[in-house]
Amino acid sequence: MPHKLVPLGAAMRRVACLIAVLAAFIAATGLAAASDFEAALGKLTDKSFQVKEQAIAEIATSGDERALPILSALQAGDLYFVRKDKRIVFAEKLDKGFSITDALTGEALGEVKRRAVRKVSINNRLRTALKSAIGSLELFSPDAEARLAAARSMLVAPTADALAMLDRALTAESEPSVREALETARAAVQAQTGPLDARLAAVGVMSGSMNQDVWRVLGKLVEEGGETASEDAKQVALAASAALESIESQKRFYSLLETLFFGISLGAVLLLAAVGLAITFGVMGVINMAHGEMLMLGAYTTFVVQQLMPNAIEYSLFVAIPAAFIVTGAVGILLERSVIRVLYGRPLETLLATFGVSLILQQAVRTIFSPLNQPVITPDWMSGFYEVNGALSLTYNRLYIIAFSLIVFLALLAVLRKTSLGLQMRAVTQNRKMAASMGIRTGWVDAMTFGLGSGIAGIGGVALSQLTNVGPNLGQAYIIDSFLVVVFGGVGNLWGTLVGAMTLGVVNKFIEPFTGAVIAKILVLVFIILFIQRRPRGLFALKGRAVDN
Amino acid sequence: MTQSGKRTSLIAAASVLALALGSTAAIAAETIKVGVLHSLSGTMAISETTLKDTVLMLVEEQNKKGGLLGKQLEAVVVDPASDWPLFAEKARELLEVHEVDVIFGNWTSVSRKSVLPVVEELNGMLFYPVQYEGEESSKNVFYTGAAPNQQAIPAVDYLLSEEGGSVRRFVLAGTDYVYPRTTNKILEQYLLDKGIPQDDIMINYTPFGHSEWQTIVSDIKEFGSAGVKTAVVSTINGDANVPFYKELGNQGIAASDIPVIAFSVGEEELSGIDTSPLVGHLAAWNYFMSAEADENDAFIEKWHAFIGDEDRVTNDPMEAHYIGFNMWVKAVESVGTTDVDVVREAMYGITYPNLTGGVAVMNTNHHLTKPVLIGEIQDDGQFETVWQTPKGVIGDAWTDFLPESKNLVADWTQPISCGNFNIKTGDCSGQNY
Repeated sequence: MPHKLVPLGAAMRRVACLIAVLAAFIAATGLAAASDFEAALGKLTDKSFQVKEQAIAEIATSGDERALPILSALQAGDLYFVRKDKRIVFAEKLDKGFSITDALTGEALGEVKRRAVRKVSINNRLRTALKSAIGSLELFSPDAEARLAAARSMLVAPTADALAMLDRALTAESEPSVREALETARAAVQAQTGPLDARLAAVGVMSGSMNQDVWRVLGKLVEEGGETASEDAKQVALAASAALESIESQKRFYSLLETLFFGISLGAVLLLAAVGLAITFGVMGVINMAHGEMLMLGAYTTFVVQQLMPNAIEYSLFVAIPAAFIVTGAVGILLERSVIRVLYGRPLETLLATFGVSLILQQAVRTIFSPLNQPVITPDWMSGFYEVNGALSLTYNRLYIIAFSLIVFLALLAVLRKTSLGLQMRAVTQNRKMAASMGIRTGWVDAMTFGLGSGIAGIGGVALSQLTNVGPNLGQAYIIDSFLVVVFGGVGNLWGTLVGAMTLGVVNKFIEPFTGAVIAKILVLVFIILFIQRRPRGLFALKGRAVDN
Repeated sequence: MTQSGKRTSLIAAASVLALALGSTAAIAAETIKVGVLHSLSGTMAISETTLKDTVLMLVEEQNKKGGLLGKQLEAVVVDPASDWPLFAEKARELLEVHEVDVIFGNWTSVSRKSVLPVVEELNGMLFYPVQYEGEESSKNVFYTGAAPNQQAIPAVDYLLSEEGGSVRRFVLAGTDYVYPRTTNKILEQYLLDKGIPQDDIMINYTPFGHSEWQTIVSDIKEFGSAGVKTAVVSTINGDANVPFYKELGNQGIAASDIPVIAFSVGEEELSGIDTSPLVGHLAAWNYFMSAEADENDAFIEKWHAFIGDEDRVTNDPMEAHYIGFNMWVKAVESVGTTDVDVVREAMYGITYPNLTGGVAVMNTNHHLTKPVLIGEIQDDGQFETVWQTPKGVIGDAWTDFLPESKNLVADWTQPISCGNFNIKTGDCSGQNY
């Protein structure tokens, strides 16, 4: 049957051929998708940011499961390429180079030197693009929190392309908070183009929102409805500005609260700086110009403590507080025993001598630590903010410092009121001779009091190290403010220091938005001068015979 | 080691010592003196100490190469202690008592203004390495830092461009003194010329060493939530930057929302803070430590070896001193004398490779031609260059964007030979700067 076999063979061959072509076709499309992805990835090594932006869009829409880790690494700055063969890799920083993994295959490529690889650099434009690209990929993440963050990030740069994606996410979403965020994001997109009714409805959805990104979208709509805009755009702009105005009073209320918070937090800083001085100057009457340097020493103690425990930065402040108290307290006692003791009752000489001491301390720090500012690390639990809503967010470091300053204040008050040392201190400052004749060692009490005031200043320095630069000049910035607070609050009265600090802080912050920081400071100074003219003894003057002496 | 071994080494040591003593004696007799006028104490010590070390390194390096004109260089270091009038006294001391041939010094504009009358009276030569507000050209000063058109104007152009985010709303924040005030005046006029409405420009000044940034940062946040892309142009100087950036991070302002472009924040300033919340904020300079060039690698290596610390960074004013010093050396070698008037003539048109891979040129207005770089802060405290002018920009002593200096040019060669020549009226105001 060879005759018959031939056509059969031919037919079979034809089928085989067809299958082969089909297979090749399928393989080719699959390959095409893969090589598209690879090509897009390859574009990331280009120098031009425009090309990279295209690449990000292509990677995000590729549907490839490797897209998300690659884009996330790019956003975090962990995506590198090998200089030699331009292979894209994930890199992990080591001591002397990087450990790299191929981004496409996941193959570990071992350790390389720092200069063997180069970072895929991004700019702010790309960061925004990445944020929404990653957002669109994470909209379907199983984790509800990731979905919420993704939905929110869709608001940053709402584009028409995202609409279909948002709709798809909305049908699948059941979590109410995520749904709300998705709907807002959808409204932000819809408000930009399409039929007028839908746009106005979308603006309606957004009105009343306390989200800054929504305000930004609304603000953009208002901006777009200028003179030359179309009739539709003008109407949308009108609706948008109405939507913005509807929350105006709420915004004003929250901004008032915010200013108050700023004022109180500035007051807390002033209180921490001044409360030590309230003891040495207020209670003992020593004009201690080296008080600022006690703050500085406290801040440097924090730095040294952090250097000594580099692996436990989170807890370093709890060690630094007692350490700073001991160090500055000891310096204070030394200062009292060696300099101030011989100058009691001679305020001018004390002023000059302590000023000299302050210069010596500054230069000593400069010699020991260098004139450069020292980096004091802020623990993670102190950074960031608590967002009440779009108009009001409270930064954690300020919240902690307000709480801390009040604790220090109350502790100091307790020492003065409830301990025998406090009793002796008050006795000595009220009537030294009488106290001495009752058997109190006045010299010893003087030293202890001065040490206590200095130690408290050191604790204040720990707090200041979290807010400002730790350098040799730290103290100078606070010495004037400290004296102002103490004089304003009333010499010799701790409650006066508290009220004085808070008043000055709040007044300063309420004036600042109108006049700027420089004039605000000047106005506060003028205010204090006038106030002292009227009430020379400050807010809470001590009464009684002791004062008249 | 044997007894005799010990003795030989002792003798060797003694002879080396004797030789060294002998040569110092020789040096003392025949040296070229280089004055260093940088604050080593006070507020500016943080920035200026590094520059003093840079000059010392350059001097040491030149001496290793055999000195200059067959003589050794000798650095004379004085400390003006961040005290502006003291700068003038110390400059006089350098010129009259130590009789230095050249001075490298100053950081703040106010200290430079204080030194000007002295170097002009005594005909000294000063190299000033820091970016400044312009509106000056002294016969006796070479300005190796950036003039406004080499830093501020390109930076704003970048922000206005599509690549920089098409910014249309600007906050000009600065420290309250002459450099920020003049720069912001120039920038405000420039932005108005570019069609940015007055309402979209917010100007804010703060004192030196300001640390209470809550209100201002919150105002910036508010200003930036109006739907138009907003950026901050910062001329905040010195260590006030650290709490400023900390507060930005704390209040959650990311660079992709409101970028901050700074003119006074370099690697040195960033070395005091954790930069991870600041990634993406910008700075405009003529040099970044991350620049990829062989000259730069060599310079960083030498710096680390000299200072003995691998963690120390390099920055833009250091590059300025590097260029200025080497240009001066080149000029002195070409004329064979350190006479100020002769060397000054030789400086014009002199070129030297800068550290970013190009070539710097000294112009007849005493300013350099240098490239302008925009860099983004990275999480390791370095900058990544994101934009760069295609070629060097010629420093302009008198800005074209202010009506009062529009018609002024500086040219210290014949026939003009004037620091502020009015091209409209054709006369020189007579003041030297």
